[in-house]
Amino acid sequence: MSHARVTRVLVAAASATALLAMAACSSTATPSTSTAAGDCAAYTQYGDLTGKTVSLFTSIASDSEAKPHIDSYKPFEKCTGATIKYEGSRDFEAQLPVRVKAGNAPDLAYIPQPGLLATLVTENPGKVFPAGDLASKNVDTYYQAAWKGYGSVDGKFYAVPVGANVKSFVWYSPKAFSDKGYTVPATWDELMALSDKIVADNPNSDVKPWCAGIESGGATGWPATDWIEDLMLRVNGADVYDQWVNHTVPFNDPKVVAAIDKAGTILKDPKYVNGGFGGVKTIATTPFAEAGAPILDGNCFMHRQASFYQANWATFDKKATVGPDGDIWAFYLPSMTADSKPVLGGGEFAAAFSDRPEVQAFQAYLASPEWSNAKADATPNGGWLSANNKLDVNKLTMPVDKLSYQILSDEKAVFRFDGSDLMPSKVGAGSFWKEMTNWIALDKSSQDVADAIEKSWPAK
Amino acid sequence: MMWLLKPETLPEKLAVMVVAILLFAVVMGLVLAVVDRPRLPKWVPVAGYLGPALLLITFGLLWPGMLTIRNSFYDHTGNTFVGWDNFAVIFTDEAFLIVIRNTLLWVALVPTLATALGLVYAVLVDRTRVEKFAKTLIFLPMAISMVGASIIWKFVYEYRDPGVRGDLPQIGLLNQIVVWMGGEPQQWLLIPPANTFMLIIVMIWIQAGFAMTVLSAAIKAIPDETIEAAKVDGAMGLRLFFFITVPSVRPAIIVVLTTIAMGTLKAFDIVYTMAAGGNFDTSIIANEFYTQSFNQNQQNIGAALAVLLFVMVVPIVVYNVRQMRISEGER
Repeated sequence: MSHARVTRVLVAAASATALLAMAACSSTATPSTSTAAGDCAAYTQYGDLTGKTVSLFTSIASDSEAKPHIDSYKPFEKCTGATIKYEGSRDFEAQLPVRVKAGNAPDLAYIPQPGLLATLVTENPGKVFPAGDLASKNVDTYYQAAWKGYGSVDGKFYAVPVGANVKSFVWYSPKAFSDKGYTVPATWDELMALSDKIVADNPNSDVKPWCAGIESGGATGWPATDWIEDLMLRVNGADVYDQWVNHTVPFNDPKVVAAIDKAGTILKDPKYVNGGFGGVKTIATTPFAEAGAPILDGNCFMHRQASFYQANWATFDKKATVGPDGDIWAFYLPSMTADSKPVLGGGEFAAAFSDRPEVQAFQAYLASPEWSNAKADATPNGGWLSANNKLDVNKLTMPVDKLSYQILSDEKAVFRFDGSDLMPSKVGAGSFWKEMTNWIALDKSSQDVADAIEKSWPAK
Repeated sequence: MMWLLKPETLPEKLAVMVVAILLFAVVMGLVLAVVDRPRLPKWVPVAGYLGPALLLITFGLLWPGMLTIRNSFYDHTGNTFVGWDNFAVIFTDEAFLIVIRNTLLWVALVPTLATALGLVYAVLVDRTRVEKFAKTLIFLPMAISMVGASIIWKFVYEYRDPGVRGDLPQIGLLNQIVVWMGGEPQQWLLIPPANTFMLIIVMIWIQAGFAMTVLSAAIKAIPDETIEAAKVDGAMGLRLFFFITVPSVRPAIIVVLTTIAMGTLKAFDIVYTMAAGGNFDTSIIANEFYTQSFNQNQQNIGAALAVLLFVMVVPIVVYNVRQMRISEGER
């Protein structure tokens, strides 16, 4: 009998420990409203919001990444009296649709893909609220028209742009270039001439002009889709790109196949790839996070990857510095001509699930220059920028953020969002990734790849 | 008292924790106090003990299972009934046919080869001086996680481009052996359909230890008299193995076969870890179910794949349970 008692107590204790762990897990961060910038003149338009609370839900969960966001709302909180309740979750993309369906949506959410915004709007009628007049006016004034388009669904404007990033970059070593007398190419032809020159300069050796890698676990193939998107913009222009993304031009249209072939002139030519790793097929098995490393060993000269790759260089060599005079730097992936400047990129958008005045005011604030500059101030370590044209470029601390901002705000720049994020996820996170992997790994032809993706496109 | 539901500061959270523990202790105390009363009708303690388990099975297993079956007949939003369309896609689309072909290969090869290897090994090391050590060796892979095993084998298959001069060393064991034999190194995991067999080998490597352990125990349970009698009748070597050993351990062989078959149908980790999430034509149903449901937001196709997997597993489970009953009845 007493033995049974002891067992029961133990079971109870174990269960209590489990409960304890659960209680400790539920945490939300609430910023205090103490510190902030002085001048509140720009905030009078939002009115007095004392005692009002706006909840915000994002995918940015780690404390070090969330803090700059929380800090950037402080001027708004101080001047209007509102409280912003920040919540970040790594499961954001799975959680948000569930919460919206269940009627438990946050007031605002940062949505990293326009495709997800469109799904939310069409599958939950009446749950996502159009942006207010002030937010709309701010976006018209401070952002290129394309950004408003990506925050809209069926012509109605819902979500204001918040962050931005640029993907049309080629990483290289300034020192290796100057040692060999190479110059940064300004057109596609110059880029290919440079590639040929590197091949000619390195006969009978394993040094090659390009290195690439598309392995990324369950998302294997995405770096190759970025290549195709960049080449679509360069070969066919932004209008055809839009039609391709909207599927008014089929995926196996000859124009698309031509763009894939153009990417193949680099990615599938064993003369040009894969420096430091071997032949064409090694691209499929090389993790994208490691693919740029041969530039530092001198086995490869160029690696096309987005601005975020700047964080990876330190993982290869702790002492590597990123900047125009550093060990590693990036140039804009040139277009066919020197005066056209298509830019492939991405960004987040803040959508509202309530039309309370304080929610609309906060959404408008996120589109204002005040917020972009406050966010830059709150991010001393860099790694963030927006496409707001009143953002003070000197507040961006990291060189590549500055370069990205300059490219985005260039008069000639034509910004287009990463196409695979806009396509239905069956294609954009499915067949497009998979077929590009087959294109490299199984040497499937551009036409076969395009046909297979076209076949997978869901019927409307 | 709002803070009880939405604690925000540390003291509040601690207080909530204490309240939760107290609540739990009180409920448990009540349950324990009540069930020991002998005068209670029998159904009260029965319900008290079985009720929570039944509730958990209902809401954690039966209900989601039924939802999955329902979803397999609806479109990806879960709102429009589409009949058998999702299954039609699975059984006509070329990519899914490859997935089904791979799954059939897995479920045909892994149980038979792992069991055969385990059986032969168990017989060979039975009653030898190195038996314990030899058994430990083959049982070790069972102790490694599937992902760990996959990473080990990924290194075995690792490929290094031999380079222009052809003198760069291979770090993959298999490719180095190929080079020693005068061959060309290969990217083994990129050559369909051979890559599927390369992955199947890993699963066999893991499961053979399980087969060997169970079958070795069964072999030891064969009465010495039976063996003696067979030997007196002149049965030796292979004849002894096929006519005495195998029939004697038949129930154990079937349990091992079906258990490994079920494990194989559910295998996910090897393909996910070694073939970049099921690329290069290596995907199997459990993998594709995950990709479709969570990467591509095609819950309908994912549900249909899960149902197909369920339909494939059920007969094996039924057969397995019946065989276990039979072998238990024999004792």
